[in-house]
Amino acid sequence: MGEGEKKPKFAVDPNSAKFKLNEIVAKHYKEVQEAKDRGEKIGWCASNFPQEIFQTLGIKVCYPENQAAAIAARGAGQRLCEISEAEGYSNDICAYARISLAHMMVGETPEQNMPLPDFVLCCNNICNCMIKWYENIAKELNIPLILIDIPFNPDYEVSDAQVAYVKSQFLAAIEQLEEITGKKWSDEKFKEIMEISNRTSRAWLEATAYTKYTPSPLNGFDLLNHMAVAVCARGTVEAAEAFETLLEEYKKAVEEGTSTFRAEEKYRIMFEGIACWPHLRTTATGLKSRGINMVATIYADAFGFIYDDFDGLIRAYCNVPNAMNLEHARDKREAIVKNTNTEGLLVHTNRSCKLWSGFMYEMSRQIGEDCQIPVTSFDGDQADPRNFSEAQYETRVQGLTEIMESNKGGKD
Amino acid sequence: MFTLGVDIGSTTSKAVILKDGLEILATSLIKAGTGTDGPGRAIEAVLAEGNLRPEEIASVYATGYGRKLLKNANGEMSELSCHARGVHHLLPEVRTIIDIGGQDAKVLSLGTDGRMTEFLMNDKCAAGTGRFLDVMAGILQLRIEDLEKQADLSKQIVKISSTCTVFAESEVISQLANGVEIPDLVAGICQSVASRVAALAKRVGVKETVCMSGGVAKNGGVRKAMEQELGLNITYSPMAQLMGALGAALYAYDKS
Repeated sequence: MGEGEKKPKFAVDPNSAKFKLNEIVAKHYKEVQEAKDRGEKIGWCASNFPQEIFQTLGIKVCYPENQAAAIAARGAGQRLCEISEAEGYSNDICAYARISLAHMMVGETPEQNMPLPDFVLCCNNICNCMIKWYENIAKELNIPLILIDIPFNPDYEVSDAQVAYVKSQFLAAIEQLEEITGKKWSDEKFKEIMEISNRTSRAWLEATAYTKYTPSPLNGFDLLNHMAVAVCARGTVEAAEAFETLLEEYKKAVEEGTSTFRAEEKYRIMFEGIACWPHLRTTATGLKSRGINMVATIYADAFGFIYDDFDGLIRAYCNVPNAMNLEHARDKREAIVKNTNTEGLLVHTNRSCKLWSGFMYEMSRQIGEDCQIPVTSFDGDQADPRNFSEAQYETRVQGLTEIMESNKGGKD
Repeated sequence: MFTLGVDIGSTTSKAVILKDGLEILATSLIKAGTGTDGPGRAIEAVLAEGNLRPEEIASVYATGYGRKLLKNANGEMSELSCHARGVHHLLPEVRTIIDIGGQDAKVLSLGTDGRMTEFLMNDKCAAGTGRFLDVMAGILQLRIEDLEKQADLSKQIVKISSTCTVFAESEVISQLANGVEIPDLVAGICQSVASRVAALAKRVGVKETVCMSGGVAKNGGVRKAMEQELGLNITYSPMAQLMGALGAALYAYDKS
């Protein structure tokens, strides 16, 4: 996840969703820095920690995962990974963690700077490596760590017992945050934020669902950039408005037959896994040059949280893709594949993310079999450029394309 | 009509000329791959063997890692599709292909019509590839083509437990220092490649008839070890290393 987009060479229309979304990300980093400069306590936070809680409390936080993605997309992933490795962190550890720990050590990273935290907030619904990563930051900087344990759910549905277990931790976390920052929780304010967050999520989900059209009005890779806003600003009116603008743009594009995918859409695939940020151009070009558009990704669902009350919020965060059982996660993906007429599945075997890459071996097999689509995978990494081979990627994508072509009834 | 398929691999270049999409007129194999003069030499050699001039070739298709670098090619296809096509042309009963080349190991699943329906490749690691065998032959001061004879002489296989080429290299050196017999070590090396690639094959789902293609298929030690790993017979063609080029020549015929 993140905002790895390079500065555009031409002026972007200030009324466009792209402009508004970029502005939100820029404002997000600016506001955290300003809060820090004013002497307010600011935090670093896991991407699947409820953003609504900070919004309600009026606390500024920033997201190391987004930062690491941006740093990697701007070509500095290896430099920061090597700083951590020189300090003794194994290169088997998640590259986001290595980049984040390196940033903590050096304090300034021009490719995407953010102020050092006064507290850290970790939710393990996305992965368990994050616990040690955040523990190390807390220890090194001698700051509080708030850890919310959201265990992997082996059952299909989230149980009331799990909601109660997680809810009690969040209530304690809110008290801790009040104590650390001196800010106060307001139920009224929470209701307001919840409404905005739902509005944002509805627009995000509706906009991302436009990939169901053939051809799709969007290049699926756009979502990887827009997602940063869904992570960091879901509870803001600006985010709701920006995603509503995005939705309008996609509606119009369908009517006019235009698309942000700048090639003829010959094939439609699901891309599984975090983007290979250090080689984003290579991986995206390898698809686009063959007319392959990414129209299906679990990411769209991953950051669209719809709920009615605090318990609903807890339930939603217990039900994020990396915390749900294989059958549930598979069914969600298969529904997306069917809804978008996806013709193939490309899996990023991401050396950084053992969890996601690990379960994809079996899940991708099941999806391929159930949906009758070809599947291939490539080795890479979300932020460490050393774990990717362009030639291997090319061969796998070409092989996938040739099977998709053959499935269309093309000449063998 | 003559068509030419050129397979530019990581360590070798292969070329096949087909007559009318059916008859193999000439073949060549040069031990120099992408980024060298190997592809050019392979084309010269195959034209000489076929007694043809370049202008007599109706269409040229390239495949292999260097497929995009062949100038004047009429098209290119991945080595995945080309191996599937080449094998199906010669051995239509084959449903699973295990192709081990210089830096890749692939397992392809074929439908009854010969179309590739699924494939799996090795991860970003040289273990289980021809490069692994090259490195090991180098340590043992053997020629790559002698590995098969050595493996045949083995009385007790010495297991190589490391899957990584670099770690396996030091493991082999340690075994040499322990005074183990070279044939036993070579048999262990062949088994190491076979067991790693067999795991890929099992993930795809092994459907008989199974065939090995690619340069490593020429090594009877690996073929035998693969048969033991999978518990079935492996079909082998002396054309194993030329299957990619043959497939490319067939695609060239389709498009000519």
